Amino acid sequence: MNGDPPVVEVRGLTKVFNGLKAVDHLDFDIQPHCTTALLGSNGAGKTTTISMLLGLLLPTSGTVTIFGEELESNRYNILQRMNMSSPYIDLPQRLTVRQNLTVYSRLYEVSNSKDRIERLAEDLELNEFIDRQVRKLSAGQKTRVSLAKALINEPELLLLDEPTASLDPDTASWIREYLFKYQQRRNTAILLASHNMLEVHRMCQQVFIMTHGKIVEKGSPDEIIVRHGKEDLEQAFLKIVRNQREEKEKGQV
Amino acid sequence: MSPTRISGLILRYVYLLRSSWPRMLEIIFWPTMQLVTWGFISKHLIAETPLYQKAPALLVTAVLLWDVLFRSHINFALSFLEEIWSRNLGNLFISPLKPYELISAITLISIIRTMVGVIPACLIALPLFKLDIFGPGMPLVFFFVALVIFGWCTGIFIVSLLVRYGIAAESLAWLSIFLIAPLMAIYYPVEILPNALQNLAYCLPPAHIFEGLRALLLENQFLPQNLAKAFALDLLYYALAFGAFLVAYKSARKQGLLLNTSE
Repeated sequence: MNGDPPVVEVRGLTKVFNGLKAVDHLDFDIQPHCTTALLGSNGAGKTTTISMLLGLLLPTSGTVTIFGEELESNRYNILQRMNMSSPYIDLPQRLTVRQNLTVYSRLYEVSNSKDRIERLAEDLELNEFIDRQVRKLSAGQKTRVSLAKALINEPELLLLDEPTASLDPDTASWIREYLFKYQQRRNTAILLASHNMLEVHRMCQQVFIMTHGKIVEKGSPDEIIVRHGKEDLEQAFLKIVRNQREEKEKGQV
Repeated sequence: MSPTRISGLILRYVYLLRSSWPRMLEIIFWPTMQLVTWGFISKHLIAETPLYQKAPALLVTAVLLWDVLFRSHINFALSFLEEIWSRNLGNLFISPLKPYELISAITLISIIRTMVGVIPACLIALPLFKLDIFGPGMPLVFFFVALVIFGWCTGIFIVSLLVRYGIAAESLAWLSIFLIAPLMAIYYPVEILPNALQNLAYCLPPAHIFEGLRALLLENQFLPQNLAKAFALDLLYYALAFGAFLVAYKSARKQGLLLNTSE
């Protein structure tokens, strides 16, 4: 976007489970200071792709380069500089918010952890419940805590899996605004997996749409909408996914 | 190896113990309960059996050492299970925490948990049964250490199974140590076992330790060869267990199991 090298470079990334291609030869870059969305129906390969970007899953073939370093051979150095928040991973429920953040600040070797936690507590408005156990928090509060954990090491690459899932519109909007401001301040690259097209349109400069393990569409939200002659991203997404499904069914016939 | 990361994970378990008095109570309760029960049985046997008149502390010390082994094993497995139960494993595996740092942290917290459980039981033995568990001195401490290390080995094997098979392997955490317990010759000499099983028993460090314990308490004789064999076998099992963990970890990464450890 601005001449800087990509934060993430994915080349020929493929994952095969028991003969089935979950992810099929992906090629894409994630630019610095940019929010990128990974869209796709359930089972399209988004989680598999994100897992491979985190090194949780070994690819069958292809390479992932993050911050200019090959992921598999520099995994722990790279993980030090990135983080993730997902509604499908919890923090220890019996620990308080402060205890959780203290533990994770040590796991990420944050040097000024006390200041960092105080800053995050202030920014994400956690102070009201920072000494409360996580299990006693509401869904919105838990999302903010999960986000605080994901920002504890001031990541240069932030992966967000459905960051506003199951949140009321007010809290969801608050989270989006916070992420926008954070990105402006820190120049973090964000990869977002979401089913909320309005959210993607508001937050992302770049969108990848996946079906059947492949990226079938790339571009800015507006480019994709115009290219497919639709009024919004959701309509464009539905057109792309349904076309792909029809083509696949024809191919199978 | 990062001491900060290891201390971070230890802190997580300390916070957990502090936040839950039933967990803390359970850690102290079982070793004490075992000791009290077997202490009374032992008192009865002292009056009835010449063997126990020679060494009144034998049964209670054997019970205590068995409990040390069991606690060392189960506390190791439990620390990892806590992460599965709280769905926190994903967060750990996407952090820069390395596999050997994870194992080191769980090992250290297992020592703390074992000590918290066993030391009160040892202290109770003196006023209640007039048994000085620490009487035999350093040799007993060495036996204790060798057993704790074997508990880590079986604990790491269980963690490997949990990484590879998820929560489905949970019951093995409780069963596995009891499966090999008859071969450990805790309460009887190895020679009681059938010949084929005797050979198997001598492949396990606890058999050498409990043989050494009987020699120490019954004949007042410390046999260093028992201890040396136990430590040598511990080393072998530790290497095998850690290898198994690395294989399971790689296999879980190939199959995408690290984010999904549920059934």
